[in-house]
Amino acid sequence: MALPVYADPLERVWYYTYHAICVAIFIFLIAPILIVIPLSFNAEPYFTFTPKMLRLDPEGFSLRWYDLLLTFGMAAPDGVRDSSWWADVWQNATWVKAAKNSIIIGFWSTIVATVLGTLAALGLARSEMPFRRTIMAILISPMIVPIIIIATGLFFFYSNPCSILGTECGRLTSTYTGVVLAHATLGIPFVIITVTATLIGFDQSLSRAAASLGASPSYTFFKIVLPLILPGVISGALFAFVTSFDEVVAVLFIAGPDQQTIPRQMWNGIREQISPAILSVATILVLISISLLATVELLRRRSERIRGVTPQ
Amino acid sequence: MSDATSQLTTADGRPLKAALATAQARARRKAFFLVAPLLLFVLITFILPIGQMLTRSLYHDGFSAVTPNLGQWFAANPEGTEPDEAAFAALAADLAKMKADKTAGEAGTRMNYTVPGTRSLFTSTARGADKLQPPFKEALLAEDKKWGDPIIWASMRAASSPWTTDFYLIATDRQRTADGGIEKVPENERIYLWLFGKTFVLSGLITFICLLLAFPIAHLLATLPMAKANLLMILVLLPFWTSLLVRTTSWIVLLQGQGVVNNILVSLGIVGDDGRLAMIYNQTGTIIVMTHILLPFMVLPLYSVMRTIKPTYARAARSLGATSWTTFRRIYLPLTLPGIGAGALLVFILAVGYYITPALVGGADGQLISNLIQFHMSKSNWSLAAALSGMLLAGVLVLYWLYDRLIGIDKLKLG
Repeated sequence: MALPVYADPLERVWYYTYHAICVAIFIFLIAPILIVIPLSFNAEPYFTFTPKMLRLDPEGFSLRWYDLLLTFGMAAPDGVRDSSWWADVWQNATWVKAAKNSIIIGFWSTIVATVLGTLAALGLARSEMPFRRTIMAILISPMIVPIIIIATGLFFFYSNPCSILGTECGRLTSTYTGVVLAHATLGIPFVIITVTATLIGFDQSLSRAAASLGASPSYTFFKIVLPLILPGVISGALFAFVTSFDEVVAVLFIAGPDQQTIPRQMWNGIREQISPAILSVATILVLISISLLATVELLRRRSERIRGVTPQ
Repeated sequence: MSDATSQLTTADGRPLKAALATAQARARRKAFFLVAPLLLFVLITFILPIGQMLTRSLYHDGFSAVTPNLGQWFAANPEGTEPDEAAFAALAADLAKMKADKTAGEAGTRMNYTVPGTRSLFTSTARGADKLQPPFKEALLAEDKKWGDPIIWASMRAASSPWTTDFYLIATDRQRTADGGIEKVPENERIYLWLFGKTFVLSGLITFICLLLAFPIAHLLATLPMAKANLLMILVLLPFWTSLLVRTTSWIVLLQGQGVVNNILVSLGIVGDDGRLAMIYNQTGTIIVMTHILLPFMVLPLYSVMRTIKPTYARAARSLGATSWTTFRRIYLPLTLPGIGAGALLVFILAVGYYITPALVGGADGQLISNLIQFHMSKSNWSLAAALSGMLLAGVLVLYWLYDRLIGIDKLKLG
């Protein structure tokens, strides 16, 4: 927005004030996220910049909090760093275990949410779909309903999933399956929203053309439809993964000690004595979100290109 | 026309109308079959658990299951009947049974929800219940005068059925009176409706701050050339993609007593070292951090609406003699209303149910209704937690319905 030539002095002042305000708001948005990165290299156990750090003295910086992420919870953290030490890290380190759990749970819940969500989005995109609006509202609702209500409901439901049938059939609390199902439900709205948005620009005559040339519905889907909507599907899957990777309340209610995830571990850390190790986890997570965001942006552009949609 | 259509037939001789109807029904079925697996999944893992949980707000058999004799007496005698010797005999029999089954605590806990302070009445009386001799009325009143209190009897009558509205009464700061009526609890005990009110007011405030902050940057993004706008958009989307716990941690680091912001203020001499600002672990903390977290949800819908507003409108207004303020107020602002509506409703809906941020940075006075639900869950007062959840859910669903009506769920965009 350039300053128009007919602007009077007051408008000129406002123009620069306005830009200053915008800069301030962008700083408000981004500074809290970036501030953790330098602080995570603090040599002292403080949450603020030490004089040494401000002087850029190398002594003010260290990797000790990153090291703590590996050694915390280990059986023998002080040993020589050979292969058995690393095996110990892999087996026992609290944060490493949490990361493994987060990735396993995130992976499977993403698969469930993406497969079911993409199928449903294909149905929802058809003009013949009955009760389209109502069904869409139901499928998006896990995003809207307060998480505490979902977690409370799951807590009771998982303690005896078959109670509605009047029988007992084990529990889903403190199981991986339980957490995966919960996270899949939470990720579904994101898959639906992203994939339906991609399908709006999808030319249905392409699948009709494939059918008229003798392709079976599944062949048409895998050879024609899927390659075209794939960027949207992957974006949706990444959203679902991030949702699971960042979810803490359902985990607090339904997971057991074996399903400690990174957010759960961070939650504990923030509630109890907050240690700079949290900042090094935060830094790693920020870097992960930067790379995910970059991937989604690239996918969006690619999707626009292959579908021939020109950005406005 | 309808005659002509009905006479047309397909190649195999069927009427065209019927063939079309069959084909359309098949297409509808096909579309529905694609959605069916997910719909079933969501029904089982989402709708059913919440529905089951909500029935707890109306169902509690902690008292009724262990008081069969009292239940019979209440069924036989209408409301308002003065408890007679038969009633006290039934009570004594039930108390003796409670002692044998060790269930006095459960019954007392259920009663304690509606009449605070009665749990010990049940546990202590049940302890000697097997030694009670007729006449039971005198015997029980000798144990504890409270057994003659009409409030106790009115509440026991209400609790003698497992289906109860008691928990919704509690959740709306009401209680039963001795004559079976309903009244508001004393002023200083009204916490639930007050907290609902506070949650809505704070959510409204956060929505308003989000709007104030989102409007200028959405406008800037919408008027910049696409390439530059996309670059700046990353600054909005990065917080959106960053873990909520990371953002909350960052704010703790920034705002706490020995944190970055306070240190800067002290070193600049704006505040003294002993006058460090309390910006976190209180209501201020909740507002700041929630505003930061929800801001992208306001920017995105505003931006997508502002993109479609042609700059020629503003120029036309200016050329017709409007000042820049009039142009903004009469032309630009009304055109952005759909975006303001979409963003504000979405932010408000998400804010009302927020749990994590208030729990971590809210301290004592920055807690919202979700935190109270969690509190009652942790105290195993499940029915009250369910009743509060039911009320919160009803509020959120009304807003959600409004969102769908005004904006449409399918207009929801993520980046």
